[in-house]
Amino acid sequence: MRDARGNIRRPIGARLWLSGGWLTLLALAAICAPLIAPKDPLMQDLFLGRMPPFWMEGAEPGYLLGTDSLGRDVLSRILYGARLALVVALVAGTLTCVAGATLGLVSGFYRGWPDRIISRFVDIWMAFPPVLFAILLIAVLGPGLLSIIIAIVIIDWTRFARVIRAEAMSQGAMDYVASAQVAGRTRFGTMLAEILPNVLPTIVALLTLEMGIAVIVEAILSFVNLSISTDSPTWGGMISEGRTSVHQAWWVLVFPLITLFLTVLSFSQLGEGLKDRFDPVLR
Amino acid sequence: MSGYLSVRNLTVALQTGEPILRSVSLNVAAGQVHGLVGESGAGKSMIGKAVLGTLPRALHVISGEIWLDGVDLLKLSPAARRKQIGATAALIPQDPLTALNPSKRIGPQITRRLVDILGWSKQNAQARALELLDEVHIPNPERVMRSYPHELSGGMRQRILIASAFAAEPKLIIADEPTTALDVTVQKQILRLIAEMQSHHGTALLFVTHDLGVVSKVCDSLSVLYAGKVLEEARMHRFFMHPVHPYSAALLAATPTYTNPIDSLLPVSETVIEAVEQEVLEHDIRASR
Repeated sequence: MRDARGNIRRPIGARLWLSGGWLTLLALAAICAPLIAPKDPLMQDLFLGRMPPFWMEGAEPGYLLGTDSLGRDVLSRILYGARLALVVALVAGTLTCVAGATLGLVSGFYRGWPDRIISRFVDIWMAFPPVLFAILLIAVLGPGLLSIIIAIVIIDWTRFARVIRAEAMSQGAMDYVASAQVAGRTRFGTMLAEILPNVLPTIVALLTLEMGIAVIVEAILSFVNLSISTDSPTWGGMISEGRTSVHQAWWVLVFPLITLFLTVLSFSQLGEGLKDRFDPVLR
Repeated sequence: MSGYLSVRNLTVALQTGEPILRSVSLNVAAGQVHGLVGESGAGKSMIGKAVLGTLPRALHVISGEIWLDGVDLLKLSPAARRKQIGATAALIPQDPLTALNPSKRIGPQITRRLVDILGWSKQNAQARALELLDEVHIPNPERVMRSYPHELSGGMRQRILIASAFAAEPKLIIADEPTTALDVTVQKQILRLIAEMQSHHGTALLFVTHDLGVVSKVCDSLSVLYAGKVLEEARMHRFFMHPVHPYSAALLAATPTYTNPIDSLLPVSETVIEAVEQEVLEHDIRASR
């Protein structure tokens, strides 16, 4: 199928529909959490502790996915937890992408001393175990949303830098780059106008992947209680709390885990799907 | 003696000091086609790259002059040099498959130079591009302008690159083995097209190739290169009648004929190679003094 301008149009595949659909749903849920959450996520009721989800015997009406050991509504906590997860995914993912891709592009295209400096930094960075590094950073910076975002950017920019550097290097060796320079483009102009559009599909794929990773890192930090203040609902925190009572109330652990899993999976699938659509050759 | 492009005693070397071009001098007169022949690794492409300022990072100009349109390029600042080259010279690259930006449509890739460097309006540039595509015998140019490179064949892309090289009416075009990456059947058409465009536009052409047969068809004069050293610079007919350098003679003798392809396919003899290597060595000793 071709549209009016002669572009081949491809139907949106099931992968894009499913992953995009789940993320849209989650984003809406996060934005509307105060409106749609059935209960206050912080409200405790010790008489209603460890109530099972609605289809099981002994379920309490109004608590669809059951309650945790303090009697808080699991569904409401998941909805509120989505807010933190998505903010971290978007902000930390984007900042990591911008920082890492810029450094990767410069080092891969300019080579020479900028490349030597950036590559040495990447080598040194990669030698740190990432999770320990994150925990250490939060311990130094103090818990809080900003600290989480900073920690993710500092840990993960190398992923972008390395991949984009390799891409920029292989693109830089192409004849069209030489042609652009013969035609009077500056090196900086060549980097932005010729190289960047060709590494963009990779950047998009990495960006969504990174958003998924940011969600995981946030969950890990919440799990060890180093995320934002302990009373705000977070998926990682819920998993951590559910862990202690998994034999009596598995739903406290399993529902946030499924949500986390689906979200991270959707991010990576979205990236793959979008990459194909951004690539002129595959498009 | 000086031409539109005049390279004088150009020496280019690796960072280690290993010379790649050894005091190369050559002239391309306005409106003339000059061939640059040699084996692979002889440094033919490097001369073109040195002129256009696209030498690989590892190579450096040690000494010499490159006069283009009366200006010594090597004395200019990088920005001034880019401007001078952009306004007077263009490149027909070797591999049409990598010479167009895969993420952009053909149209803007042809018109960009006209708009950016020559300050044309978009409409004028667009009209000019259509005219050029027509001139290089591309059917349905409007459609091609809207296509992405991967939607076109190698021969089509090479035609587009030729059109694009001539777009800004440069006085000099460097064709770096423009037919090597193409199918044999397409090679001939492209060669004819380049010759046709060259004579129509009166552009000086530096034609880099390893194919003496190609040179004999399109060039007015040629330089024979071995190990970065010009062994012989000659007018075309004189070269084919009486090659002066023994290596040139051996090269000519190595060209197979159609009537007797097997027996006429002679390798360049070792004594000739040894003599040439000796000559190169003597050059290096003289240069190091």
